[in-house]
Order: sequence, then C-alpha cells, then structure tokens
Amino acid sequence: MGTMSRKSLVTLFVLAALAILPPIFLWAGNAFYLDLATRLVILAIAAVSLNLILGYGGMASFGHAAFIGIGAYAVGIPAYHNTYGEFDLVASYNGMFQIFLAVGITAVFALITGVICLRTKGVYFIMITMAFAQMVFFMFVSLEVYGGDDGLVIDTRSEFPLINLDNPLHLYFLSFGSLVAAMLIVRTITRSQFGMVLQGSMGNDERLVSLGYNTFAYKLTAYVISGAMCGYAGALLGNFTTFISPEMMGWTRSGELMFMVILGGAGSTIGPVIGSALFVLVEELFSSYTIYWHLPFGIMLLAVVLFLRRGLLGVISGSGKNEGH
Amino acid sequence: MDFTLLFIQTINGLQLGLLLFLVASGLTLVFGILDFVNLAHGSLYMVGAFICASLTFIIGNFLWAIVISLPIIAFIGYLIERTIVQSLYTRNHLDHVLGTFGLILVLDTLAHLIWGPAGIAVPLPQWLDGRVELFEGVVVPTFRLLIIGTGLAVAAGLFWLVNYTRLGMLIRAGASNRTMVSALGIDIQLLFGLVFALGATLAGLAGMLISPITEASIGMGGEIIITAFVVIIIGGIGSIKGAFIAAIIVGLIDTLGRSFLDTLFKLVMSIEAAESSAPAVSAMLVYILMALILAFKPQGLFPPKVR
Repeated sequence: MGTMSRKSLVTLFVLAALAILPPIFLWAGNAFYLDLATRLVILAIAAVSLNLILGYGGMASFGHAAFIGIGAYAVGIPAYHNTYGEFDLVASYNGMFQIFLAVGITAVFALITGVICLRTKGVYFIMITMAFAQMVFFMFVSLEVYGGDDGLVIDTRSEFPLINLDNPLHLYFLSFGSLVAAMLIVRTITRSQFGMVLQGSMGNDERLVSLGYNTFAYKLTAYVISGAMCGYAGALLGNFTTFISPEMMGWTRSGELMFMVILGGAGSTIGPVIGSALFVLVEELFSSYTIYWHLPFGIMLLAVVLFLRRGLLGVISGSGKNEGH
Repeated sequence: MDFTLLFIQTINGLQLGLLLFLVASGLTLVFGILDFVNLAHGSLYMVGAFICASLTFIIGNFLWAIVISLPIIAFIGYLIERTIVQSLYTRNHLDHVLGTFGLILVLDTLAHLIWGPAGIAVPLPQWLDGRVELFEGVVVPTFRLLIIGTGLAVAAGLFWLVNYTRLGMLIRAGASNRTMVSALGIDIQLLFGLVFALGATLAGLAGMLISPITEASIGMGGEIIITAFVVIIIGGIGSIKGAFIAAIIVGLIDTLGRSFLDTLFKLVMSIEAAESSAPAVSAMLVYILMALILAFKPQGLFPPKVR
C-alpha cells in the first residue's frame, strides 16, 4: 500500500471528524468545544495558505500573521464606521464587501511586499517578511481611531444572505467549508503545471530558470494567492473573536503559524490542518492546567524540531523516516 | 528646532545604538561563524538582566553584580549550546528559527517561575545615578554615558579579539572552513561552544546595562531581538563592522524619529495630519529602512564573503 492512499485516508478521516464532531458537541451542550473547533478550523485555513508557499515553494514567511490582522481589520473597520459614522466609502456590514476588502487588500499588500521580499533568499527572506509584518503591527498600534494597542470590538458581525454568523453553527460550517475549499485550491494549484514549476524552483531554481521559466513570477503569484487566502482567514477570525487588536499580528503569531505547518508536515494538503489541530488542542489542554503552560509547549516545540523532522503526518502515513543527515 | 534637545536625543540615540550593538554583535558572531539563527538570543539578554538584578540586591552593589553575572551567563550560554544548539547545526535555518522559538518559550517561562511575573527595578549606586553637564545647558544622565563608554569599549575589544588574537584567527578560520580547522587539530566543538558563550555574555551584558533604566522584565527579550535582527540584516550577517554601523544608524533613526518626525511632517502637511501620522511612521521607521536597504542590497550593507 502506497503512502498516497494512506495520506488520503488520513485526510478523509480528519475532515469527517471536523464535519461531524463539533455539531455533536453543541447538541450535547458543550458549546465550548464548538468554539475551539471554529478557532482550529480558521487557523487551519491560515496554515494551509502558508503551506502553499512554505511547503511547496520553500518560502518561509515569518510575517503571515500580518495578513490575518489585515483581514480582520477589513471586517472591523467597515463595521466600526457603519456603527459610528464617518468614512462612508467603506462603512458597511455587508460580508461580501468586507471579504472582498480583506482578500483584495491582502493580495495587493502581498504583491507589493512580495516584489521586495522575493529578491532575498533564506534567512534574509524570513527576516524581511517579518519586518513588513512588524510595520503593519506598529501601524495599527498607532492608529488611535481604531483603538491602537487596546484593539477594536466588532459590534456587528458580517452580514450574508441566508447565513447568520451570530449562530455559532453557521459560523463553524462557513469556516469548515472555507477550509475544504482552501485545501482543494492548494491541491489543484500544486498538481498543475504552475505548481510543478513552483516545487521545482524550491529544489533547483537555476535549472528552472535555464529551462526558460520566470520563477520569480511563479513565486510572486503563489505568494499573492497565499497572502489573500490568509487575509480571508483573518476576516473569519475577526468574525469569530469579535475583538481584534494588533496583538494578533505580532511576530510570535507568525512563528506559531509556521510551527503549525511544520508540526503537521509541510508540503502536504492535510499536514497543516493536523498541525493546527494539535496546536490548538495542546495549547488548550496545557493552559487549563497551569499558567506556566508555555514551558511544556516550548519543550514540545523543541522536541518536534529535533526529532520529528517530517512532521506528524510523516509519522502517521509511515513516511516519517528521517532523511539521512 | 531646539538644538539642546537635538543634542540630548542624539546622545540617547547613541546609547540605544550601542546597546543594540552589544546584542547584535553576539547575534552576528553566532550567525556568521556557527551559521546558526538564534531567535532565543533576546532571552539570554533577559536572563542576564534578571541574574544581575537578583545579585544587586544580594551583594548591594550593581557593578560587582555585573562582574559576577558575566561568567554565569557565559556558562548558561555554553550549556545551551552543548545541549540543544549543537544538534541543530546540520539543519536548515527554518529549523533554527522554530527550535529557538521553542527555546524562547522555555527560557521566558523559567524566568517567570523563578523571578515572578512583575519586573524588577535595579537601583544604581549614587555616583552613577546623577547627571553630568557636558556643556552650558546640556545635561545628560551619567549612566547613559557609561553605557555608551561600555559599548565603545566592547566594540574595540571585539575588533581586537577577532582581528589580532590567535582565538580570533581560529574563529575566522572556523567561519570560512570548519572541516579544515578541525582537521588541523583544533577542537572545533569547544571553539563553537566558546563563540556561543561569548555571544550570550554580550547579550547578557546588554540586559544588565539596560535594567536600571527599564527594569528587568519577562517581555524585554522579545522586544529587543527583532530590532537586533534588523540591525544584523542591515549590516550584513556575520560582519561585526556592519553590526556596529547598522546599530548606530538604527539607534539614531529610531530615537530621533520618535522625537522630531512630527516637527518635520508639520513642514509639509497640516498639524493635525502630522500629529496623527508621525507616531505610526516613526515606529515603522527602522523596518522601512531595512526593507529599503534589502530592496537595493539584498545581503545588507556589508555582505558576507561567499564560503
């Protein structure tokens, strides 16, 4: 039996669990677990988006939390102005409009920063993506209108036809559906000719350039798609927490996103989902026992990096043997 | 423009720059020689500050506390290198970032367990706590001058160590070809351990020096590490000269930007617009600088020589 089919089984199993379990928790009177699952699924979308460039393009972005933040503020700021007036151009509760803003602005932001970031490689790339995220972070910290450091409360969630995001189950299934869509998009991209070039450039950029491919354009396109997808996740996260602050785009958040991808297994569709699931569950478990939960969490992170080189999926699907080193 | 203020802020900028240099020089040494990205470097800065703060209260003298803390932090650095860091040398930079990210969580939580959640204010001896009148109307705190002096002395010391001593020669040789150095009979593991310990000591010293101004606190490592990375990226990874120049530039730009950017903005835009945009832009200034420099020189001002 090949690892492919085992991976597909794992994928089906995880998605089935995410589809069935949370509503059961709600009906059993455990609304808390539905909340946990919603957070998990939204973070999974962000992790899947990061995986597109990290796992398939070798671009280790240390600034993806900025896209989440921009996406969340693209919901918060229109809602704020619709409630308190001024800036009529964007004032709206309309979910379609807010998501359009979230995806559009993050795509443009990714395009502009991507052109500069992709000139660099390796650790310089890690650090320049982080620098751009810090710029966005400090911009929102200084924007007193929208609460600055203290953040902004979203009084009214995005309004959509047919679905009502104030209903936790509606919000969950919107997020879950979006996750499945995001996974399908990434799967389609990586299996296309575009995805082949992207993965090829990760292995040997010079070879693809000499074959006549403009790998810069390929990478930039992937970076923009990834950023926009992450912005979409941010719009969902804003609707979920109904409170947004610059803290959600701090550099440690970007580090956590990276960790989710690596933990689950970079370069596979389901890996980041498993990673974010484990991350959210372990964080919840440890923090309910002790305020010092960062200690076991940090040790776990170290252990994963030191011993689990192919990620959790590598272990489950039997391809977890360490490459020779 | 108020020139007295300008002068005082320049002194403050220099002080911040030299403090950044202490942190960044260790970071760039470890990066340039061990090829290791140490995100947890800021936590060593924090641990140094806490150890020194505790010793200051035990001994009752800040300067002696520093003298005793330095070998302690060096030893902690050496231990971390032996136990964790050395098994990551063969990995890629992403693994370094993630592994040391875990190390940050561990060290910060340990500090929280040992010293508690609140910061510790460190008292200065009387003779350092005063102010000096440099010339007519310009008064600066004595302690800030001490930080500047220490930073300059460390810079000179490092320059001498790396360029004119046998140890420095080995360090440079290890950076360009570690296999050859160990083939020549040098204990490369010990050498790497020493370099890491030296980096830890420099970070710790910076933490000790800043603690009387800001107090020793859990979050202090996370605040400085990102700026220190900005410094070594601007300066060119591995270059001590680059780190020195970049640290001074970043220190000055950050300090002067925060105090004078609104005045500058008022020349070209309305007072209201200037007052609302200046704080945002000044907080972003060093990152804008870094993005600009990388856009034109993707390997920083003093790029490392190809290995």
